[in-house]
Amino acid sequence: MGSLNQPRVRSVAYQTLLATALILAVWYLIANVVENLGQRRIASGFGFLAREAGFEIGETTFLSYDAADTYLRALAVGFLNTFRAASLAIIVSTLLGALIGLARLSRNWLLEKIAAGYVEVIRNVPLVVQLFFWYAVITDLLPAPAEALNPLPGVFLSNRGFGFPTLVALAPIELNYPVLSGFNFSGGGLLSPEFAALFLGLALYTAAFIGEIVRAGILAVDHGQFEAAYSLGHSQRQVMRCIVLPQALRIIVPPLTSQFLNCTKNSSLAVAIGYPDLVSIANTTINQTGQAIEGIAIIMLVYLTISLAISGFMNWYNRRIVLRGNKR
Amino acid sequence: MRVKPTLQTATLLFTLLSSAHAHGGATADAALKKGFLRCGVNTGITGFAQPDSNGEWRGVDVDFCRAVGAALFGDARKVRYTPLTAQQRFTALQSGEVDLLARNTTWTMSRDTSLGLNFVGINFYDGQGFMVARRLKVKSAKELNGAAICVQSGTTTELNLADYFRAKNMKFKPVVIEKLEEVLNAYFAGRCDVYTTDVSGLISARVSRAVNPADHVILPEVISKEPFGPAVRHGDDHWFDVVKWTLFATIEAEDLGLTSKNIEQQAQSHDPAVQRFVGVKGDFGKMLGLDNRWAYNIIKQVGNYGESFDRNLTPLGLDRGLNKLWNRGGLMYAPPMR
Repeated sequence: MGSLNQPRVRSVAYQTLLATALILAVWYLIANVVENLGQRRIASGFGFLAREAGFEIGETTFLSYDAADTYLRALAVGFLNTFRAASLAIIVSTLLGALIGLARLSRNWLLEKIAAGYVEVIRNVPLVVQLFFWYAVITDLLPAPAEALNPLPGVFLSNRGFGFPTLVALAPIELNYPVLSGFNFSGGGLLSPEFAALFLGLALYTAAFIGEIVRAGILAVDHGQFEAAYSLGHSQRQVMRCIVLPQALRIIVPPLTSQFLNCTKNSSLAVAIGYPDLVSIANTTINQTGQAIEGIAIIMLVYLTISLAISGFMNWYNRRIVLRGNKR
Repeated sequence: MRVKPTLQTATLLFTLLSSAHAHGGATADAALKKGFLRCGVNTGITGFAQPDSNGEWRGVDVDFCRAVGAALFGDARKVRYTPLTAQQRFTALQSGEVDLLARNTTWTMSRDTSLGLNFVGINFYDGQGFMVARRLKVKSAKELNGAAICVQSGTTTELNLADYFRAKNMKFKPVVIEKLEEVLNAYFAGRCDVYTTDVSGLISARVSRAVNPADHVILPEVISKEPFGPAVRHGDDHWFDVVKWTLFATIEAEDLGLTSKNIEQQAQSHDPAVQRFVGVKGDFGKMLGLDNRWAYNIIKQVGNYGESFDRNLTPLGLDRGLNKLWNRGGLMYAPPMR
């Protein structure tokens, strides 16, 4: 027992105690939930995932779905819809954000002011308001399918979305054009107003933040680097591409990771404008099965997995570009 | 936007985590101690539950909450309303956020058995229908193949819709939105060809939201049975009885010809059924753990079922239909109070 005087032994003992207490507490809480659910005869467990969902989903990504499929498949469709919107928004917002960041540092007065105005306006309006705005713009201002705008042959803009021709065969080139039949367009590709509003809202919103991150990253590169590069006779382009940006990237990547995570999580606002993302499908599932705890657990687990995957990838990328001496 | 359901799930989790045992008879006691009843209602549907220009809640569901308030406190004003979306409603009831749910909620077997709640009866018989813009010249739901259909999430409507189109071998594109307000915006902006919900909801939306109500037609097909009923939590049979008999009292009063206007003089009546109802004879209030004048208070302050219907739904152009009394060709029927 004398060994308890040793700090090492003591700390192990304390940690074991704490872990045991934690496990007991969690076990007690879970047992209590299960007991109370049973007492109130509220169904529990994940058995419902294999049952027929019975509801339709407005749009799907990669995976086909109809009402006779299971809840599991419905949730998978929701996940892929989230993935499609979030990943496209991340790509576009990164490109747009980089341009905005550079524009804010531009010596062109007008360009700089436009970029600054963009950032301030977009950054300071809540995202959900922007989503409602884009959704209203698309559904209120665009005409009904029968009077759809037809800016290019085979391209239609209406309040049912953006219809465009799709490529069926390459040689000879064969296109599948959208055609108005009955209530709506069929054939070709169609981007729904819900997807368009969510994608626009997310991409523009995230781009404002990324623009600021890019600007901060470039400004953080020591001014001597610019001067040294210019005095060696490099052009402005070369200075940016070969000297400044690689150094700025090391500062940009960690906060950029947070923006990617935010963008993914913000995509759950989709439910407000009717885009069938994971949260929307999970909500319907919860409502029909009444199993709120399981449903929310699934939502949490999926977002956690996506977020960990993104940060895992970004951390790996960060380690690749970081200064050799700074590796930890 | 996502905060509320998540918060509610957290509250539910918390109550389930913390309360070791559910106890009986507690709901009425707790409400009496607080001094008011917490009633879960719709976020805003004309005729069922909606605040008027003075911020006073109005509607048949609101009247039902007031009736329970009158039975319990002798005062129909002792009610606080919690507006709930379709998705939030059951969790709010399960977690104890509201004492009673009177929110045009369809009584289904799965809800009654697996959600930990009990429906006390039916206060409105409805069915799901379709509304389309008149200019589309659609005459029947059978012509809706390929239509885009706006629907609120978290309702039986979503399932009925899918069932109907599957049975008819037709396709449709659902646009599923959480808030009723946004669903209606989408429909009236032309995002969808069709709006579907219970016929009473279609009529209410057409009257209250359409620029020109005549531009929208409700199709003849009614594709489901939607009996709306108030619901209470499992585990408090006494409370279940109080709420159930409040509903029956409003129907029985109409059957007996008792209204808010004549009940005072009818209290002197020699008809034994009326005497039992107003509490002159018998101990029917005591049996519920209430004042013997409980039913008198309900009718005096809120009125009978027919009065509530005429006040809230008739002005919208809604027909009594199935909601007439049993002896007038409808389905409204109360077991005898004796």
